[in-house]
Amino acid sequence: MKIVALAGSIVGSKTKTAISKVVEILQEKYPEHEVTLLDLAEYNMQFSDGRNYFEYDRDTKYVNETIMSADAIVIGTPTFQASIPATLKNIFDLLPVNAFRDKVVSIVVTAGTSKHYLMVEQQLKPILAYMKAHIVPTYVFIEEKDFLRKEIVNDDVLFRLERLAEDTVMVADAFTAIRAKKDEEYDF
Amino acid sequence: MEKYRIDQSKGIEFGLYSLGDHIPNPLTGERIPAQQRIQELIEVSQLAEQAGIDVFGVGESHQSYFTTQAHTVVLGAIAQATSTIKLTSSATVLSVSDPVRVYEDFATIDLISDGRAEIVAGRGSRVGAYHLLGVDLQDYEEIFEEKLELLKKINEEELITWEGQYRAPLHNAQILPQPKNGSLPIWRAVGGPPASAIKAGYMGIPMMLTTLGGPAVNFKPSVDAYREAAERSGFDPKELPIATTSLFYVADTTKEALQGMYPHINGGFQAIRGGGYPKQQFAQAPDTRDALMVGSKEQIIEKLLYQYELFGMQRFMAQIDFGGVPFEKLMKNIEIIGNDILPAIKKYTAK
Repeated sequence: MKIVALAGSIVGSKTKTAISKVVEILQEKYPEHEVTLLDLAEYNMQFSDGRNYFEYDRDTKYVNETIMSADAIVIGTPTFQASIPATLKNIFDLLPVNAFRDKVVSIVVTAGTSKHYLMVEQQLKPILAYMKAHIVPTYVFIEEKDFLRKEIVNDDVLFRLERLAEDTVMVADAFTAIRAKKDEEYDF
Repeated sequence: MEKYRIDQSKGIEFGLYSLGDHIPNPLTGERIPAQQRIQELIEVSQLAEQAGIDVFGVGESHQSYFTTQAHTVVLGAIAQATSTIKLTSSATVLSVSDPVRVYEDFATIDLISDGRAEIVAGRGSRVGAYHLLGVDLQDYEEIFEEKLELLKKINEEELITWEGQYRAPLHNAQILPQPKNGSLPIWRAVGGPPASAIKAGYMGIPMMLTTLGGPAVNFKPSVDAYREAAERSGFDPKELPIATTSLFYVADTTKEALQGMYPHINGGFQAIRGGGYPKQQFAQAPDTRDALMVGSKEQIIEKLLYQYELFGMQRFMAQIDFGGVPFEKLMKNIEIIGNDILPAIKKYTAK
């Protein structure tokens, strides 16, 4: 299985720290799966202009194609102005409408305060649902006080990240099995 | 309808079209040479004519996986190779060409073919041609509207005096050669939401509407909006033909049709759009109400008659080679169309 972990911001450290932790957990628990970290801070992305996702070049093409080839995606997002950052929205805009069909998507979200704990429900999940993702229902919300100097210091968050990694793989496995069974019914 | 060379007493017209698809055969992984593909297309047009099919279309797409970028040249060859079948583009990406040159090309094809040429002008569903030919996507909407207006004017008037934003002005220009009977049927290619259908209606220009899949009834608003706009703009919708198009694959049984088409439609979508065709959706496609034309001959006949009731269109155009359907399968499709589908739909729709 190909798993992509996406850090959706080009500034700050919280989302990067959290998503790197998820990558670490995934690599340790599931060495048989291929895990790729895409930290948007490391790529120079073009804005979406309506092209097919594979018709861009350089970094944009690489990021688009890496996401499209994934079976599961763990999205890490900070909270900017009560929503996801424009850099992450641009990723969605670069991809086709049904980009997440047959893909499992799980979410890690960071924020300065607990007041934004429903941002994912209100802002991110509707986009993922529109793009046909199998969304892992439970996400991990991490706020400022759970970090200390680029480390997660809240054990509850660490346990939850572990469960999120497990859930992501479990849901992806389940849907793969369901799809295989359903495909068997078709005689074409 | 006479202006558009359509005789409704003979029933609905049935046509085939291709964009010159050139993707590797998904079953073998092999890709035939472009030359072979083009030669085969010319041969397919002859078989279509022999089978009694009314129209043959060739479209341009300036990307990998296609061979008929120079679609007017291919249509010229087909004009010479055939003698009765109508010839159309499917479509001409007008935004990236000069309407004067487009008209010259098609008027010439009309003369070669003895009055069988038509133009279907569209904006293209992919943006590659714009980058390749240096047309600014920013002006996407306006460029097309202006060029289509000019093309229509060239078709209707003898001496053209015109000024616009995206082309040098014309003063008493005579566009030569003139088509055999003075004018050509010019259609507007319409896809997606009704906005483009409404523009076609306002312009009073025949509409070719893509209905690639999903419930046929979803395309009804575009048809209604087209006729409404035409009427509001002073045209009689009864005088304006509508054509619908879809991907097409027929076989003796449903199972055979699904098995025959799936690798191609899936491979074609994968190559061109970067994502395959979901099996679940494809399994629903043989249903009469679904616009994707796949199924047994009985199912295809049912679908066409259902859509005829729904849209009242004058023509249906079948895209037969999407995803690189090989020549021998195209021959089989044409055989079934000629032997079974045409007689049935003509019988029910002739007036």
